[in-house]
Amino acid sequence: MANFYTDNENLKFHLTHPLMEKIVRLKEKDYIEKDQFDYAPRDFEDALDSYDKVLEIVGEISGDIVAPNAEGVDHAGPQLIDNEVHYAPGTVDNLDALVKAGMIGMSLPREYDGLNFPMTPYVMAAEIVSRADAGFANIWGLQDCAETIHEFGSEEIKKEYLPRFYKGATAAMDLTEPDAGSDLQAVQLKATFNTADNTWYLDGVKRFITNGDADISLVLARSEPNTTDARGLSLFVYDRANNAVKIRRIENKLGIKGSPTCELVFKNAPAKLIGDTKMGLIKYVMSLMNSARLGVGAQSVGLAEAAVREAQKYAEEREQFGKAIIQYPAVYELLTNMKVKTDAIRSLLYETARFVDIYKAYTFIGHDRKLDQAEREDNKHYQKLADVFTPLLKLFSSEYCNQIAYDALQIHGGTGYMKDFPVERIYRDARITTIYEGTSQLQVVAAIRGVVNGVYLKAMHDYLNTPVKPELQYLKSVLEKMTDQFAKIVEKVNEHEDSEFVDFHARRLVEMAGNIIMGCLLLHDANRNDVYSKSAEIFIRIGRADNISKVSLINQSHPKDLGAYKS
Amino acid sequence: MSFKIIVLAKQVPDTRNVGKDAMKADGTVNRAALPAIFNPEDLNALELALRIKDKLVDCEVIILTMGPFRAAEIIREAMYRGADRGYLITDRKFAGSDTLATSYTLSLAVKKLEPYNLILSGRQAIDGDTAQVGPQTAEKLNIPQITYAEEIIDVNSTHITVKRRLERGVEVVKSKLPVAVTVHSSAPACRQRVTKLLMKYKHSRTITELQNETKDYTELYSLRPYLQLEEWTVDDLHADVEKLGLSGSPTKVKKIENVVFQSKDSKVLTSSDADIDGLMKELLGSHVIG
Repeated sequence: MANFYTDNENLKFHLTHPLMEKIVRLKEKDYIEKDQFDYAPRDFEDALDSYDKVLEIVGEISGDIVAPNAEGVDHAGPQLIDNEVHYAPGTVDNLDALVKAGMIGMSLPREYDGLNFPMTPYVMAAEIVSRADAGFANIWGLQDCAETIHEFGSEEIKKEYLPRFYKGATAAMDLTEPDAGSDLQAVQLKATFNTADNTWYLDGVKRFITNGDADISLVLARSEPNTTDARGLSLFVYDRANNAVKIRRIENKLGIKGSPTCELVFKNAPAKLIGDTKMGLIKYVMSLMNSARLGVGAQSVGLAEAAVREAQKYAEEREQFGKAIIQYPAVYELLTNMKVKTDAIRSLLYETARFVDIYKAYTFIGHDRKLDQAEREDNKHYQKLADVFTPLLKLFSSEYCNQIAYDALQIHGGTGYMKDFPVERIYRDARITTIYEGTSQLQVVAAIRGVVNGVYLKAMHDYLNTPVKPELQYLKSVLEKMTDQFAKIVEKVNEHEDSEFVDFHARRLVEMAGNIIMGCLLLHDANRNDVYSKSAEIFIRIGRADNISKVSLINQSHPKDLGAYKS
Repeated sequence: MSFKIIVLAKQVPDTRNVGKDAMKADGTVNRAALPAIFNPEDLNALELALRIKDKLVDCEVIILTMGPFRAAEIIREAMYRGADRGYLITDRKFAGSDTLATSYTLSLAVKKLEPYNLILSGRQAIDGDTAQVGPQTAEKLNIPQITYAEEIIDVNSTHITVKRRLERGVEVVKSKLPVAVTVHSSAPACRQRVTKLLMKYKHSRTITELQNETKDYTELYSLRPYLQLEEWTVDDLHADVEKLGLSGSPTKVKKIENVVFQSKDSKVLTSSDADIDGLMKELLGSHVIG
C-alpha cells in the first residue's frame, strides 16, 4: 500500500509552480474543450486537480504493482521466441495496469483519445514510474513517439496511429545502427519508394533498439540515394502488423534488464513517411530526441529518489560500533549531499519541462491561427531556454543519479554489493542514463552553445533579478558573485579564439553554468517554501567551491598545453 | 434487456493499519485516527461485476452503499473504476444498525431497483467481520445466495456458474438468477481507477455534499445531470422505523475489552540454522504464522 506520488511532497511542490497557470491555459487553449469532452478541465484549478488525482493513480500503480515487480523483472528479463519479444511476467502486469488505467498517450490531444496533459505532469508520472522500475519506465515512456507523430505526421497517419496509444499500443524509436551511434548522420538503413503501389519500403539493420518489437516504430532511414549526410535522411512509421522485421537478438545488458534492447533487420518492410523527406534527422528526430532527453531526466530523478530512500532506510537501521551508521558524519554528509543533489536535478527537470511546455503549446496554437507579435516573442524566448536547458538537464541529472546510486550502494557496504537489496539494481540501472539519448559528452557539445551565446548568463541574471526573502539575500549574493566569475572565465577562454581550447574546457564551463543555474532554482524553491532552504544553502556552498576549483584549473591552462593530453 | 448488477459496498475504517490511537478511552473505535476506505472484499466484488460488464454488451453496474454523508466517496471510487451510477442510503435514523437492521434497509433499497439480475457484495467488512449482511439481504429478498465466491465462470440471462473458495478446496455451483453472491478476498484484485473516468466523475456530489460546497456547481450540473448522486432516506425507502437503527438491532455489545500487547520476557536467538528452525516451529505451533 505504497503511493509514490503522495509520499513525496516535492512533486506537488513542483506541480503547483506559479508558471503552471500559463502553461495550462496555453495547452488547453483557454479551456476551449470544456463542454466538448466530459473529462476536459473547466479552468486552471480543475486542471490542476485532475493532474493531482491522475498522478495519485500513477503513484499507486507504481508503489503497489511496478515496484514490487521490479526484482522479478530484473531477473527474468524479456525473451525472444519465434521472432517475438515476450516481456517478463511482471512487465506484462505493469503495462496492463497502466494501460487499463488510461496512462498511455497522456500528452496527446483529446481528439485522438489522449488526456491532453502538458509535459510537466506527464514528466512527473515518468519520474514516479522510474522510481519504481527504471527499465520498465522505458517501455511506458516510449509513448513519447506519439508526440512526434502528432507534431509532424499527416492527418491520415495521425488518424490511423494516434488513437491506438490510449488502447495500449507500445512504441519504439529506431535510430541507432552498428555504424551510426552518436553520429546519426551516418544512418544507412535504406528507404525506397515504390511507385507501383505508392509505398515506401525499408531495408537494413538497426541496433540497440529499446522495445524493438513494439506495435508502432519510428524509423530513421536514408531515402535519398547517394547521399551520406543528414540531408538524405527521412523519418518513417512502421506498423508491426506488417511482420517484415526480423528480430536478430535481445542484448544482454548490465542494467535496465526488463527493457528489451533489440537488433532488427528490416526486409522490404512497408512504412509511411512522416512529414517531408530529408527532414528526418534535421527536424523530427531532433524534436524526438529532446523529449527523450527530458524522459531520461525524469528517469534519472526517479532513480536518484529510489537510491536516496534505500540508503536512508539502511543507514537508519544498520548499527555499527553501537549506533546507527546515519549518526556518523561520514554517512550523514553523504546522505545529505545525495538528497541535495536530488532536489537540484528535480528542480532543473521541472523547470526544463515548463519551458518545453510553453513553446510546444505555442507551436500547436500556431497550427490553428497566426501567433501575434508578443506571442511569437514569448515562444522564441522559451524555445531558446528549452534548447539550452535540455542538454544541461540530461547531463546533470544522469551524472548525479550515477553519483547518488554509487553513494547509496557505498552506504550499504558489503550488503549493497549483494543481490539481496534493491540498491545494486538501481546502481546498474542508473549506469545507462549518461550514455543513451546522447552521451554526457554530447550533451556538453549541445550545452556549450548556451555558454557561448550567452543564453545561460541571461537566464542567471533573470533569476537573480527576481527578489527573494531577506533571509535568502546572502545566498543570492553568493550566486551573483559566482555569475560574475563565470562571465569572466568564459571571456577568458574565448580570448584565445581557439575552438579546440573552448571544446577542451567545455565541460568545465557547462558544469559551472549548471552549478549556478541549479543554485538559482533552489534559491527560488526556498523562497517559495522554507523546506528547500537547507538544500539551497548546501548546494550553493558546494557549487561555489567547485566553480573556484574549475576557474583555478582553467586559469592554469593555455592552448599550447593541449598537446600534453594527446598521444 | 440490460443486465443489471447491484454491488453492495461499505465504507470502513482501515483496520489493517491499526496504530495506538485506534481505540478511544471509552472503548469505541476512533474513526478520526483511521482513514475511511472502500471495504477490501467489496472491491473484489466490484471487480467481478466489472468483468461481467466487460463481457456483456448491455450491462449496468450500480453501487449501493449505506453510511454517513462521506460514504458518497465509495460511489465515486466505484465510478472511477467503471460502475455506472450509485445510491447513498443515508439517514440519522439508520445509525447504530446491526446486521439485521442493515440487511432490512439494503433489501428495501434493492427492491427499489427491481428488476435486477445479480447482487454482488464482499464476503465481510473489515470493521465488523460478521459476513452476515450479504446472506441476510438475500433472505429478505427471498432469492438464492452463493457465498465465498472467487470466480464467476459463466453468466447468461438466466443462470450463473460460480467457483466458491472453501476452507479445504473449491466448489463450483450453478444458480438461477437473480442471486446474491458474496465475494472472497481470493477473487481478483479490483482494477485501478481510470484516468478519464476519474476526470469525468470527480465533480459528482450528493445533494448534501453540494450544500457544503463553496463552489457553485449549478451550471455544470445542468449540463451534466449524471453528476448528481442520489441519496435515499428512510422516507424514500418507506421503511418501518422500528426495524431501523438501534431499535431494529437486537445485537447489543455487552462488553469491550482493550487488548494491550505487552512483551513480558525476551529471548535472544543467534542466526544459526538451529535457532531459526526452533523459532519457526514455535511460531507455527502457536499459530502466529501459518
